[in-house]
Parts: sequence; C-alpha cells; structure tokens
Amino acid sequence: MTTLPEPSTKKLGLVIDLDTCVGCHACVVSCKGWNTENYGAPLSDQDPYGADPSGTFLNRVHSYEVQPETGPAQLIHFPKSCLHCEDAPCVTVCPTGASYKRSEDGIVLVNEDACIGCGLCAWACPYGAREMDQAAGVMKKCTLCVDRIYNENLPEEDRVPSCVRTCPSGARHFGDLGDETSEVSQLVAARGGMDLMPELGTKPVNKYLPPRPKDVPADLDILAPYLEPVSGTQKGFLGWLDKALEKL
Amino acid sequence: MHPAGSVILFTVASGLGFGLLTWLGLGLPDVRGWVAFFYYALAFALAVGGLLASTFHLGNPQRFLKAFSQWRSSWLSREGCLAVACLLVMGVFALGAVFYDAAWQALGYVGAALSVLTVFATSMIYAQLKTVPRWNHWSTPVLFLALSLGGGGLLAGQVGPAVGLLCLAGVIQLFAWLSGDGRFQARGTNIGTATGLGVRGIVRAFEPPHTGNNYLLKEMVHQVGRKHAVKLRMIAFALMIAAPLVLVMISSSALMICLAVTCHALGTFAQRWLFFAEAEHVVGLYYGKR
Repeated sequence: MTTLPEPSTKKLGLVIDLDTCVGCHACVVSCKGWNTENYGAPLSDQDPYGADPSGTFLNRVHSYEVQPETGPAQLIHFPKSCLHCEDAPCVTVCPTGASYKRSEDGIVLVNEDACIGCGLCAWACPYGAREMDQAAGVMKKCTLCVDRIYNENLPEEDRVPSCVRTCPSGARHFGDLGDETSEVSQLVAARGGMDLMPELGTKPVNKYLPPRPKDVPADLDILAPYLEPVSGTQKGFLGWLDKALEKL
Repeated sequence: MHPAGSVILFTVASGLGFGLLTWLGLGLPDVRGWVAFFYYALAFALAVGGLLASTFHLGNPQRFLKAFSQWRSSWLSREGCLAVACLLVMGVFALGAVFYDAAWQALGYVGAALSVLTVFATSMIYAQLKTVPRWNHWSTPVLFLALSLGGGGLLAGQVGPAVGLLCLAGVIQLFAWLSGDGRFQARGTNIGTATGLGVRGIVRAFEPPHTGNNYLLKEMVHQVGRKHAVKLRMIAFALMIAAPLVLVMISSSALMICLAVTCHALGTFAQRWLFFAEAEHVVGLYYGKR
C-alpha cells in the first residue's frame, strides 16, 4: 500500500559529513558494485564503452563551489542518494504499490515485481534519488543496503551500507536517527546537521553536516604593501652579472 | 521535463475523448442509432487510444493491472480507475443509444461525471508535484478541464458552450503561462536550499557527478524545447483557441466544426508539448540547471 505508514520510532538513515568528504567517488563505485550483484535488478549501463555512455546509479557525488561574502571560495563535495524521507512524495504517487516505506525502520524501497516503470516517483522526488533502469524498466533507488544491514551471514563490521563501509575518509555515517542517543543523532546535534530543500516538506531522514569554518590566514601587517622590498646589493658573480647587465 | 510523445498524445486524445463523452452523457446531442454509433466510436477511439498511448512509455506495461490498486493515495491510480469506470458506464449508455433507441439518462449523468473526474485526475497527476512549481497550481486542473470540455464541446457540436469554454481556457492559459514563468523563483527553492550551503555564500555547481548523460537529465532537465517557447506559445494559442473561435463564429456547419476541431487538436498538441518542455524540475538545481 502506497499510503505512508505511521512514522516509525526507528529511522535508519545516513549522516553525510560535507567537511570530510574528499570527493573520491569510492562510495559511488562501491554502491554500484554491491547493488548490481545483489538485491533486485542489476544497475545496467548503456553504451558503456561507446561514445555516449550512461547508466543507473543510486548514489552520485556532485561538487559545488561556495563563494562567501569575504574570503576565498570553498570547494564542497556533495554525495547524494535517497534521503528516506518521512513524508516521502515518491511513495504516495505510486499507482501500483511498488514504492513503499517500511513501517519498522523507515527505509523507502521499491518492490520491483510490482513496478510498471511509469517514472512518476522519480518526478515526485526533489532530490533525483530515483533512476529508471533502462534495461530492466523498473525504478531503482538506494535500499540503504537492506540486504547488508540485517545480514547475519556478514561479519558484524560489514553490516552497514556499502557506501559507509567503503568511505576512506569517514564522511558517511549510518545509524538510527529516530534514537536521540544514537551516535548519528549526537553527531547531527553537535554539528548542526541540516535537511536538503526543507521547504518542500519531505522531512528527510538523512542529514548533511555542514563544512566546518576554514582556518583564517595569519594577519599580515596592514602597512606591508607600502614597504619597499629589502634588497641587499648582490656580491660575487651575481653582483658582477647584475652590474654588467645594467650597463648593456 | 522531457516532452514524451506518448504522454502528449495520451493527454490530448483522452482529454478530447472524455470531453466528448461528457457531452454525450449529458444528452447533448441526444443521438440514436447510426449517428450515435459514430459519435461513440469517435469518443471511445480518442479516450481508449489515448489511454493505450500512455502505456507506451512504461518500462513494464504488462503489469498494468496493478495500477488500479492504489486509488487511496495515487492520482495516477485514481485516473486509471475512473477512466475504466467511465468507459464501462458510457459503454452501456452507448449500447442503449445505438441499439435500443433509448437514453438511459441516469446512467448518462453518471458517465458524464466520471468523464469530468477522469480528466481532473489526469491533471492532478501533474498539479500535485511540488517538484515542478509551474504545474503545482490550481490553474493546471482548471485548464485541463476547460480544454477537455471545450474541445469535446466542439466535437459534440455544442457551439455555444464550446465557445464559452474555449474563451475560459484561453484566459486561464494566458494566466498559467504568465504566472507560471515566475513560480519557480517565487517558491524560493534554489541551489542554496537544495545543497543547504546557501547560508554560507553563493553556491555554484562546480563539477557534475558524471561526464555523460543520465536518466535524471534526460527526463527532468530537458532544456532544448524551451528555445522556441515564445513562438510556440503564439502558435499554440492561435490554433488551440483563436482559430476555432473564429471558424465557428463564421459558420457552425459540420465542415467548419471539423476544421475548428482539427485546429484545436493541433494547437493542443503544441500546448501540451510546451506544458512539458517548459516545466522545470527542482532536481535540475543540483546540476546548476533549470
């Protein structure tokens, strides 16, 4: 049923640290790998070695330049995947019931056997989190690696989403954002975690940690530009060369 | 948004078809026998043809039956249910008119109401999307309904009401274009709120996540079509509203009405193409595009 369930107490999601992300795209590759080999239809590529390659990804890393009023511009790498919104507009628009939000942990999933591939959920999502797989004709989206996080066949340290496990800079955190005492909730509280496009009322579960302020360069003497450069007269060979060239 | 041919054909054809069914259900004109047969054949061909066209853009159309299940929450599902209900009711009503020389009028009124509701549900598929500010407005359903009933009225030969409805559609269309142009900006969603970085300074998309194209860009950041938007608006308005009005005012003969309907349909194709091509999805912001 594509009506939204009552908000769950458990809200699994990601916290992405924009201060730490180095933009290496390892999470993108790892996500594509895991989700091609496991749950649901593989993430296909079209014309992968040709002139116009494209493909399905559940996670993509943008890069933005932010120019503050004063000071140097800052480059911010910005991974983006499904935010597992509490008020997920992609769920309610689905005509078949394929798109749903789990009542037990809040993960938004697609039942691919029921998806007719109409694409309306991708239209309803403001974040571009859903991509239609061109080979399978069904909608693909981040599953929060539902086939890893509860998978008792995996070692415990691997029971997190593939992107989180892979991130070499520790910029991705996974946990229960419905539990105020969880590590991710504390991180969000301490660092002022934010929502994307809060004005659209989707109430995303995933949070983004804003970049920390940059170090300010040490103060220079304000008179510095007016000072003559201190230049001693050159001696030896360079001194001779200097004089010789002056005379020319 | 990408103006997919199948969806344009669907909204235009089924809009006209359900518009005509509305008038037929109201008994305007009250037709019987062979005349009724041709009227209903045309209405069903347009409505059903449009619905079939809409399945061409589906990834897995063989599962279409499931689309009737989520009418509680989904406008797309509601549209499917209403369309089928309308076609069934009007099918029975048509049987009476064609074979039994009877107008089971109560059934006709129900069918007419279902036709209007079907077109309303179609329009709400678009109007509900907060992600496309241009569509997310009351003018979208009003325009769809006015065009459907106006165009259907022409087909049904109801010149008086059709002229009124087309005038209304014209006014709403102009309002929708003019007010729609500024709505994206007015909603306050921009690259700053999309990234949450707007409070820190001026945000610029520095590097996209992929060098090639992708589904999101193809489907929702269609920019090519906007190039000739102003010219197309004039063509659409002239054909969809102005030409049919002038033609039926000159004469309301069957030939003139045919010509007016043809003009109207062609204009509606152009209008519907623009409806999609000009609609800007907020996801474009992540790519520094509109």
